[in-house]
Amino acid sequence: MARDVDDVRPDPPHKGSAAEAVGQDPDLEELQRRHRGFVFPATLFTLVFYMALILAAAYAPGFMSKKVAGAINVAYLFALAQFVMTFIIAYLYTRFAQRTFDPLARALLAKLHARQGDAR
Amino acid sequence: MSERAISITLFLAFVVATLGITWWASKQTQTAADFYAAGRRIKGWQNGIAISGDYMSAASFLGIAGLISLNGYDGFLYSVGFLVAWLVVLLLVAELLRNSGKYTMADVLAFRMRQRPVRTAASLSTLGVSLVYLIAQMVGAGALIALLLGLSGDTAKIAAIVGVGILMVIYVTVGGMIGTTWVQIVKAVLLMAGATILSIVVLAKFGFSVNAMFNEAAANSGKGQAFLNPGLLYKNKTDLISLGLALVLGTAGLPHILIRFYTVPTAKAARSSVNWAIGIIGSFYILTTFLGFGAAALLSSARVRAANPGGNMAAPLLAQEVGGALFLAFIAAVAFATILAVVAGLTITASSSFAHDFYANVIRKGDRDEKGEVRVAKVSAYVIGAAAIGLSILFRNQNVAFLVGLAFAVAASANLPTILFSLYWKRFNTTGAVAGIYTGLISSLLLVALGPELMKDNAIFPLTNPGIVSIPLGFLGAWIGTLVSREPASEEMYEELRVRALTGLGAEEAVQH
Repeated sequence: MARDVDDVRPDPPHKGSAAEAVGQDPDLEELQRRHRGFVFPATLFTLVFYMALILAAAYAPGFMSKKVAGAINVAYLFALAQFVMTFIIAYLYTRFAQRTFDPLARALLAKLHARQGDAR
Repeated sequence: MSERAISITLFLAFVVATLGITWWASKQTQTAADFYAAGRRIKGWQNGIAISGDYMSAASFLGIAGLISLNGYDGFLYSVGFLVAWLVVLLLVAELLRNSGKYTMADVLAFRMRQRPVRTAASLSTLGVSLVYLIAQMVGAGALIALLLGLSGDTAKIAAIVGVGILMVIYVTVGGMIGTTWVQIVKAVLLMAGATILSIVVLAKFGFSVNAMFNEAAANSGKGQAFLNPGLLYKNKTDLISLGLALVLGTAGLPHILIRFYTVPTAKAARSSVNWAIGIIGSFYILTTFLGFGAAALLSSARVRAANPGGNMAAPLLAQEVGGALFLAFIAAVAFATILAVVAGLTITASSSFAHDFYANVIRKGDRDEKGEVRVAKVSAYVIGAAAIGLSILFRNQNVAFLVGLAFAVAASANLPTILFSLYWKRFNTTGAVAGIYTGLISSLLLVALGPELMKDNAIFPLTNPGIVSIPLGFLGAWIGTLVSREPASEEMYEELRVRALTGLGAEEAVQH
């Protein structure tokens, strides 16, 4: 059957393609598991922490307007905490990526290059 | 020299400098990869600064300062949402997108799908988001130039819109992505310098006591301590939640931000770009506290409102109050630079998508003639420039912050679901991608058309921001669309996608000359 023009895909799997080279490599599954194991919970935490501020602003005005020091109230500190949270999660993610993810990805890539032989 | 003359001189200096950069960039631009992606030779930290220049728009600088100065704490929630959104980009999107795409957002969406339907849909939503964002910036530019140069009336606004439109088309058609990148870098440095100096001068007025500034802002606002609490701007709680969702989920779906990740050589460089951007953008949004509450403390709200009902002139007026005419001229020039860098980024995004997604892959069915593609991109930059000028003149009295909030809502509803499912869900397919994009795009635009901002008292939909309804609809459309059909080829190609996305295998590296 002729391929429909709509069905053109950029790089259909062929011999020497990435998927072919990696097959059912357990290292790929491990890499994906580690990646998702970090980014999914970290995203969930980010969204929950952020929506907590938005919901508190909408539904807990009494709590938010409590003064902490002089004119500085809970609302302002909670907003600043979002900045601190962003910096900390970005730092933790980068540390995870450098210590855990990058070495695994590099090792797998080297293995794939070796398997593809002179494909590159 | 009068302050108007100083303003014009500084502004012209910026225009001449950026045209110089554009001319230099045109010499470096030979291939399609140079034009679309700056040859993938931009360093991570450089791209981080350029992203900041691409992202911090007139809405961030003028809009947020104005919202805080008139409404207190609620305005600061924009700053928070605009920053936290970057974690979604960093964690879920930046690196995988860098490894699996080439020039446009649609490259990733269409990687394992049927090209024509998905690229058509992605190209439409790219054009939609970019045009709304573009109109917001150009309307802002019109108001600014008219006010700052003391020109009154519609003619000045229209002349400013046309001038900005012509400049952005020159940056893009002559300088391509290399020129656009360096214009954004120069602008980001200027904006950070301007915001930092202004904040320090303002804080000095209060003996560097933030507490004293807050107290004075509360007293001077006429609203007392309520000015420091949530609730003055967002009376409708659901609308606040809707806006909050659009802001935090929109950034990862903004095409002009996503394509910046193609300008760096590796996924690691994409990661470091986001970290640099988070550092710069985070610092800037903290400074909005001093710009906004400082303006509330030092200016009367009547004066701010008289200059612009939306408060957009609060930061320039604050500069005039604390530093006189010269400082006003400097901050005004920074604001012009801010707008020009953002519109250049939007124009190259929209024209790249039209040429690469629609012309090359839909009309020409994927034949590889990259020289012809770049020619089409340049022609479409003229067309998009003309369309943006026309639409901006039409909407020249529309509220700028509202338009930007709308662009974020469309991006979060139409683009984000498909991007995430493409990268993380094996079962995802063409029907799902197309359904997700159109459901998100149409529902967000329709709900705005039926909402209070455009229909005033006759509004059928009660919220100004459609996010809380249209974002779940976008995800639902993509999910249901996927479940009603099976596409083994897409599932097979997912194996290819995830190997590339995770390891960087086969990802395009820097182009050597």
